[in-house]
Amino acid sequence: MTMSNTPNPAGQGFQMSQLLYDTRYRSMTIQIVALILILLAFGWLINNTVVNLANLGKEIQFKFLGEPAGYDINQRLLDYNSQDSHLRAGFIGLLNTLLLAFLGCVTATILGVFIGVMRLSKNWLVARVMTAYIEIFRNVPVLLWIIVIFSIMIEVMSPPSAFRKGDASMLFNESVAITNRGVYIPEPLFHNTLGNIPLFGESSLRFDVSLDLIAFLVVLFAGIYAAMRVKRRADKIQSETGERPTTWWQRLALIFVPAAILLTVLGFHLGYPELKGFNFKGGTYMRNSLIALWLALSLYTAAFIAENVRAGIQAVSKGQSEAAFALGISPGRTMNLVILPQALRIIIPPLISQYLNLTKNTSLAIAVGYMDMTGTLMGITLNQTGREMETLLMGMAVYLAISLIISGVMNWYNNSVKLVER
Amino acid sequence: MADLSFVRTELVPQKTPPASEVGVIGWMRANLFSSIGNSILTLLTLYCIYLVLASILPWAISPTWGAASLTECRGILHELGREGHFSGACWGVIRDRWTQLLFGFYPSELYWRPILAFILLGVALAPVLFDGVTKKLLLLTAVYPFLCFWLIWGGSIWLPISIILGFVFAIVIYGIVSKATSTLLGAIVAIVTPIIWWLFLAAPFGNLMQSFIPLGIEAVQSDKIGGFMLAILIGLTGIFLSLPMGIVLALGRQSDLPILKGVCVAFIEFIRGVPLITLLFVASTLLNYFLPPGTSFDLVLRVMIMVTLFAAAYMAEVVRGGLAALPKGQYEAADSLGLDYWQAQRLIIMPQALKISIPGIVSTFIGLFKDTTLVGIVGLLDPLALSTNIRADMAWNGILWELYGFIALIFFIFCFAMSRYSMYLERKLATGH
Repeated sequence: MTMSNTPNPAGQGFQMSQLLYDTRYRSMTIQIVALILILLAFGWLINNTVVNLANLGKEIQFKFLGEPAGYDINQRLLDYNSQDSHLRAGFIGLLNTLLLAFLGCVTATILGVFIGVMRLSKNWLVARVMTAYIEIFRNVPVLLWIIVIFSIMIEVMSPPSAFRKGDASMLFNESVAITNRGVYIPEPLFHNTLGNIPLFGESSLRFDVSLDLIAFLVVLFAGIYAAMRVKRRADKIQSETGERPTTWWQRLALIFVPAAILLTVLGFHLGYPELKGFNFKGGTYMRNSLIALWLALSLYTAAFIAENVRAGIQAVSKGQSEAAFALGISPGRTMNLVILPQALRIIIPPLISQYLNLTKNTSLAIAVGYMDMTGTLMGITLNQTGREMETLLMGMAVYLAISLIISGVMNWYNNSVKLVER
Repeated sequence: MADLSFVRTELVPQKTPPASEVGVIGWMRANLFSSIGNSILTLLTLYCIYLVLASILPWAISPTWGAASLTECRGILHELGREGHFSGACWGVIRDRWTQLLFGFYPSELYWRPILAFILLGVALAPVLFDGVTKKLLLLTAVYPFLCFWLIWGGSIWLPISIILGFVFAIVIYGIVSKATSTLLGAIVAIVTPIIWWLFLAAPFGNLMQSFIPLGIEAVQSDKIGGFMLAILIGLTGIFLSLPMGIVLALGRQSDLPILKGVCVAFIEFIRGVPLITLLFVASTLLNYFLPPGTSFDLVLRVMIMVTLFAAAYMAEVVRGGLAALPKGQYEAADSLGLDYWQAQRLIIMPQALKISIPGIVSTFIGLFKDTTLVGIVGLLDPLALSTNIRADMAWNGILWELYGFIALIFFIFCFAMSRYSMYLERKLATGH
């Protein structure tokens, strides 16, 4: 583009033809023409929209968000009833989306790393089984997996009445019940609870923050921080004297003892689900739509993550591990100190895009009736109020924001582990 | 003194290796039972495989191919003494409804049209996919998209012809104008002319010609098109259009022109940031708002537009990865040879960048094809939506796994074949040592 810099022949000023032939000005011409075309296209689209909306007697406004939603949301993290506003319904849906995305990302990572490593196993059979798993899950649409697992939940699991008759029994010492309506697990309860802080008053975004949870997290993270300090001190002593003090029990104690003391003081106990009448009561209830989505998205994304993990490990040259062995480093430490830090650098960028894919795929919840944001804001609210433009724009903006935040955070992390080049 | 030294005069024959090191036993020792941990792992895996097969095979092996309804299936299984919910699969539903799963509600007397389109697809793709096929077939490849749409939707032949004419005009005008003035002006005119033609003149021209020389085949409504035919149609349209669009977007994102770059970045990031399902909602509810009042686009066409835009953004990122992976020396070498931008792209950059991005491109294609199942959510009859439809029939009410299994199998075959082809292509194009 910027190759020919021959000066104008003497005595000639600027000529119109230079806009076409001179590479110095041509890029400007291209941009201006492109800009005009783009603006024309946008103007045309906006004009059409305005005319169409006017013909229908609609105008773009967001008042409907304050009106009562009038529908129920069966799986939710916060309090909600059908008299709450559409905005509240959308917010509950958003939290459901985030819950599903979080659960899915955690499980998919664990499964994916496990399968990716097992695929490189020297055991022929295990490696083949893992390859088969990856190919089967990667080559079949995720929507099909969601529906199949949802159908399995409904058709194969026993109804609550079977538990009464004794045809089915609860798992893990009478604490988990897997029924065709969903899964009941024990819920954490506190005898001496610290209570909740209500945020945002009575507004649509009202949010109860559990002080028990906050206290637990604070103690836990303080313990982890202290354990890291101990480890750093051990590292320092090792680099100065060559002797490494044994610290693993100190570090474990620092993390777990304060947390355990706190839980005892708060009177932590589990509330178990119990069969009452026709259904289970108590415990935390996860609807089968949530379970199906969680499982399907995790299993599906794990296949992709496994391939990334395998590629990352294989990309670390064999000389690295051989060099580590030559230095006398044990296999475990070779993995931790030599292979993984280098493999992670290769694994993380595709891992980020898998997290993003999983988060976007949570929108398939609509196929099994899980009330995520697509189901509430862009589903029932859209149908009830007829405000396609506003709800879809809002929904897309939220998804866009989530995606940008995830990729922003992950890129920040990626930069911090990136190879520092000269 | 007797000579006790002994010198062997012939070599000792080689011993065969111990039986535990060669053959099946040796292989098993090396690969399955090399250590205690490995042996446990092998046995555990074998047990898991046994569990899976033991639960699926007795169900799947079921002589119900000829049954015409679920009750009949149950009868056949009952006679064999197999009772219960999962006593056996009812494969009769596949025999009874496979045409519906493939073609949707397409009129059965016209099945020859999609079948012909599918055969022609193979012929049209052959010169692109494989060496040693005569390149004259590329002409068919160029016309094929229009031919395919005409064969499936039917109607007057003049509509596809008038659309092709737009492309012909563009090429002719580009040739004339770029020779007379400059390539840039030629390019601008060649973009604007066909747009004007398609927007304002193509439809009247088609109608006019149809009234003079009526040539056409029976038209088929879009709501009749479904099943794997729809999935393949949407997938193919997305694949054909998203690759060129993606290349243009990637070049735009890499270019030095700030306005073009900004537009491309915004487009790519927006599309990649939202789920496909929201774009499909836009296609089903909003897209008609953006078009001139009174125009009502076919839902299939609207969905195709959105799927193509979606795939194009992903394709752009894949191609950009390929462009970024190319050593800077290649760009500089092209510049120093005096090639202009498009020559450099066409002869030096793109062939290498696209080669690098083949795995990404193919996995985008595979993703696109799998994502066609989502169109069922906005009311099109994709295979999954059809399976619900089939269950609505009294005869097959309650059939789940057979249909899901069949659909999964077909998707698996297509996607697996695509990924294997990409591996073949990578090997074929590999120039390294």
